[in-house]
Amino acid sequence: MSAQDLAARAQEWAKEQPWRLYGSQISILVRNELRRNLFTRRRIGIYLLAWVPVLVILTHVIVDRNHPAGSPQIEADTQVLAAIVQLYYFRLGIFFACMAIFTWLFRGEMVERTLHYQFLVPVKREVLVVGKFLAGSVVAIVLFETAVLACFYLMYSRFGSTGKSYVFDGPGLGQLGSYLLVTALACIGYGAVFLALSLLFKNPIVPGVVIMGWETIAAIFPAWAQMLTVTFYLKHLCPVTLPVSGALAVFTIVAEPVPPFFAVLGLFLLTITILALSCFLIHRMEITYTAE
Amino acid sequence: MTPDARQIVFENVSKFYGEVLGVNKVNFTLKPGITSLVGPNGSGKTTLMNLMTGLIRPSRGAIYVLGLTPQQPIEFFRLVGYCTQFDSFPTGTTGYDFIYWPLRLHGFAHDQAAKLTDEALQRAGMAQVARRKVAGYSKGMRQRIRLAQAIAHHPSVLVLDEPLNGLDPMARAESIALFEAIAKQGMHVIISSHILEEVDRISDRVVLMSSGYVVAEGQIREVRREVRDHPMQILVRCSNAARLAAAAFELDHVVEVKILNDGQGVLVRTRDAEQFYLLLNKIVSGGLVEVDAVAPADDDVNSIYQYLIGSDRGPA
Repeated sequence: MSAQDLAARAQEWAKEQPWRLYGSQISILVRNELRRNLFTRRRIGIYLLAWVPVLVILTHVIVDRNHPAGSPQIEADTQVLAAIVQLYYFRLGIFFACMAIFTWLFRGEMVERTLHYQFLVPVKREVLVVGKFLAGSVVAIVLFETAVLACFYLMYSRFGSTGKSYVFDGPGLGQLGSYLLVTALACIGYGAVFLALSLLFKNPIVPGVVIMGWETIAAIFPAWAQMLTVTFYLKHLCPVTLPVSGALAVFTIVAEPVPPFFAVLGLFLLTITILALSCFLIHRMEITYTAE
Repeated sequence: MTPDARQIVFENVSKFYGEVLGVNKVNFTLKPGITSLVGPNGSGKTTLMNLMTGLIRPSRGAIYVLGLTPQQPIEFFRLVGYCTQFDSFPTGTTGYDFIYWPLRLHGFAHDQAAKLTDEALQRAGMAQVARRKVAGYSKGMRQRIRLAQAIAHHPSVLVLDEPLNGLDPMARAESIALFEAIAKQGMHVIISSHILEEVDRISDRVVLMSSGYVVAEGQIREVRREVRDHPMQILVRCSNAARLAAAAFELDHVVEVKILNDGQGVLVRTRDAEQFYLLLNKIVSGGLVEVDAVAPADDDVNSIYQYLIGSDRGPA
């Protein structure tokens, strides 16, 4: 079969089954992105962001290994774990890791002058956005879910049978499920935000810091304004309430609780809206490397 | 206007980068064959190519490539291959992967993509080094691997920005032969190059550019004829150069006649080449002069370019 025949056959296939073509293109884009850019040594800073709490808890476990650990201690450690997830991961770790991962997806290719290759293949730019977003999401979710899982395991494993009972017969497993769900949602929510910022701004770091400020102070605004933040939805899904007071309460306070289902749906809607904005922005994007 | 499905059409296209002019009011239609874009740095050649392939959008006007626009990427990029001037590659990629993965994005299955990859590597003379990382390639090899990627899916329109840069003479000759073979299949090959001698030899037509404007467009000889205010140079190799020179001097439209150093011919500058050829026929038929060869001496791209754009340094 000649090359022209092959090309004609591929063209026919694309016409007949565009959604299969899009699916196959997205899968190739995700694979390429993972292989080339994301699981590499250059990303060591992101791995550290995810694994620092694990190392801290591990140190704590090693240092305290000779001290008896009973039920009161489990309650205290549950609060510590909740603080790690809600104050460190959601506010800092996942936020900055997503900033690094998702802004690099397009902006990095502009800096390395390779984005034109992506624009010169028969791939709709929307498909490109979805492919890159999914690649970034896979990396962020895998990295932070394993880190949260490791934190959880280390935190409760030192309690022996008491810890096992807390996890499997008590609220532990439910809390783990919630943390994993919220972590995944945080990754896709922040991911969508930073992907859009990287298409809007040449240097998305400053707007990223502004977003961070907005995510922090939005708690003092009316509920409709809070809905424009990622943390609004995450807070509703956190399984453990932190007994914090003073300025730190801004990070945990839930002014008007909504059911978890609506929180998940709300975050998905926010993510899809921001991705739609990214699709609009990428259509206007031009390859002008000299302006970078 | 209905876009023609066989032509490349620029309709009143302008591109501004803020206050800076990229190209202005470009109108032309290209038929299949080899078309060369010629002009100095900053004249707008790359801008035209980037506009044609959708890497940038026109500020005004419209561009149709075989009746399609880059806003229809699935159909468009099956028909178009673009070898850009950007000498950068995805981190860690090998020559093989650089061609294979874009083919998979075209929708080719693994076997088909592998077959087309091997074929493209073969045509570009890169099969031996395909498994090496592109980062270790020489400049000429990087140029050829980009060319291989651009031709791998057998496009109907091949756009090549300075494709001969960095190639050794052998690779250059092979690339030119490849362009000619592609053009002979009825396809469009659009080349920008400053190696004028080669462009001149292989081009079916030229687009001459200066400061963002198309200053002339068409077949090289047609363009040359349009340059009326510049006398045309005609080289005549003959036996009795002095006699021919004397006869030529009597014509009003002849502005200069030089006898060649070896005395075996003359170089005539005339404003009316056809009249001069008539005179030459008379002299030859009268048996006064024996003519060995007659050839225009300045209807190459370089001369035309210098007449039109007035640069001594020639296009870059």
